[in-house]
Amino acid sequence: MSETEPLASVRAPEDPSRRRLLGAATGVVGAVGVGAAAWPFLATLRPSDKAKVIGAPVEVYIGTLEPGQITRVQWRGQTIGIMRRTENMLAQLPSLTDRLRDPESDIPQQPAYAQNEYRSLRPDILVVNMHCTHLGCIPRVIPEVGAQPFDENWKGGFFCPCHRSMFDLAGRVYTGVPAVLNLLVPPYSFSDEEHVVIGINPEGVA
Amino acid sequence: MNQLMNSIGNWVDERLPVSDFWKKHISEYYAPKNFNLWYFFGSLSMLVLANQLLTGIFLTMHYKPGAETAFASVEYIMRDVEWGWLIRYMHSTGASLFFVVVYLHMFRALMYGSYQKPREIVWILGVTIYLVLMAESFMGYVLPWGQMSYWGAQVIISLFGAVPYIGEALVEWIRGDYFVADATLNRFFALHVVALPLVLVGLVVLHLAALHEVGSNNPEGVDIKAKKDSAGRPLDGIPFHPYYTIKDIFGVGVFLTLAAFIVFFAPEFGGKFLKPDNFVQANSLVTPDHIPPVWYFTPFYAILQAVPDKLMGVILMGVSVLILYIVPWLDRSPVRSLRYRSWPSKVALAIFVIAFIRLGMLGLSQDSSTFELRLWTFVYFAFFILMPIWTRLEATKPVPERVSSS
Repeated sequence: MSETEPLASVRAPEDPSRRRLLGAATGVVGAVGVGAAAWPFLATLRPSDKAKVIGAPVEVYIGTLEPGQITRVQWRGQTIGIMRRTENMLAQLPSLTDRLRDPESDIPQQPAYAQNEYRSLRPDILVVNMHCTHLGCIPRVIPEVGAQPFDENWKGGFFCPCHRSMFDLAGRVYTGVPAVLNLLVPPYSFSDEEHVVIGINPEGVA
Repeated sequence: MNQLMNSIGNWVDERLPVSDFWKKHISEYYAPKNFNLWYFFGSLSMLVLANQLLTGIFLTMHYKPGAETAFASVEYIMRDVEWGWLIRYMHSTGASLFFVVVYLHMFRALMYGSYQKPREIVWILGVTIYLVLMAESFMGYVLPWGQMSYWGAQVIISLFGAVPYIGEALVEWIRGDYFVADATLNRFFALHVVALPLVLVGLVVLHLAALHEVGSNNPEGVDIKAKKDSAGRPLDGIPFHPYYTIKDIFGVGVFLTLAAFIVFFAPEFGGKFLKPDNFVQANSLVTPDHIPPVWYFTPFYAILQAVPDKLMGVILMGVSVLILYIVPWLDRSPVRSLRYRSWPSKVALAIFVIAFIRLGMLGLSQDSSTFELRLWTFVYFAFFILMPIWTRLEATKPVPERVSSS
């Protein structure tokens, strides 16, 4: 073999399309293999079976909940507030419409059965995920009507201390605050008059 | 004896190029002779990185990841492990000081145009190091599992929920549960202790490799490689060792004095380095009244707050960091250093620094005026967006061929 003649292995092939095909095929098969091998690693990061079991529905007794009172329970690590709203509170809700971003609850932040004026199955009982839809802090409950440092015409509602988002007593978000979505209403149902089950839809709803 | 050492040295060199490496990167790496105070912060960043790795390894020997054990094990390190408090405070103080020196290091680059051709890749690697450092420090902050750890994690992770369509699933995947929980803590531990440090060290090696390929910039912005002596050494360059090793050791001495003062007398630094709320164990049912991030993230947090829309806020915050990547191409100036530019560049950089600091202050408070948040956010972005305009239009002074002797 002469000095100038390159090795056969680095010489341009006589039929380059054959080498290109083999190269591409190797690359594609390799990529599929890498993807398949990556799947178990990425899937380990999803909630484990144990976490899923712990995320099961929660039943709450509301027989002792006074009008205007709120109770908090944990479901899937989220704080769920259950509030028995008074007649006055419910009467205030329609007056806020023009200050709210989504007064009709058009954005699906609630199951279909809670897309109504009160965002609830029963008008008096509000079941709502308490975490602010901005960054997940828990807003303070300020049910009193009257001027507040953050709002002069406060009609009662939720105020998030993290970034000053405001929600009314149906969990509907005000305009001009960092949060843009109404508070989330979790799936829930009543097993009887005095028990709320969080995590299960009412019968007949998929 | 000398002969023996020499022959051992030769034996090694024939098998591993130790001497060559030493010459190329230390004893015969020619750095400009006019480095000033601002050039301490690169080597100091390396020092802090070494401190974080060393103290981190020892903390790992006592720390127990897990929602049930993490908080108690940190208190165990603080109270029961001999000298544990020192190691822990060195690590926590080191985290904040890391950002101090890195911010000063980055400011130096902006001031002297160190990102300009041919140092774009040095800059890009540097910005990447900064990004990884942010992730590393965020995850480290979660590990003590105090209230701030927990709620800080909650806030930061939920930022990913702003991604359209896959947001919720993405957040669940990152957390590994339906809320910030044990699974989250454990994966952050793995990333903080193994994955990201490896990446960080690798990036630092690349950052230095790229730097040594093109050579260091200097306060004058003069290209010292343009004038060489007969042996091919830059006339205005001096060997890194012994000249800059000596200088850096002095810098290290001053830095360690300040650092030791903080570690021994003010490790919490008035609630800025370690927040009071983080001495309370994480509780998913109680949100602290106020969840400010640690000081080095607050400028970006302020930008997030300035926008009344979650997705737009998150995007703007991301862009505020990522925009650093294109600075080498935003700067159209024919000269590097601020010293040979005119007032527009000087005023712009000064205003940018004020905006960055002011955003940092606004991000710490929860009663910041929306107007001011937006004003300084606007100024922050204006600096980058308008950079091509003023750098092209402004008059520049001629850069001398040699570093002046004065």
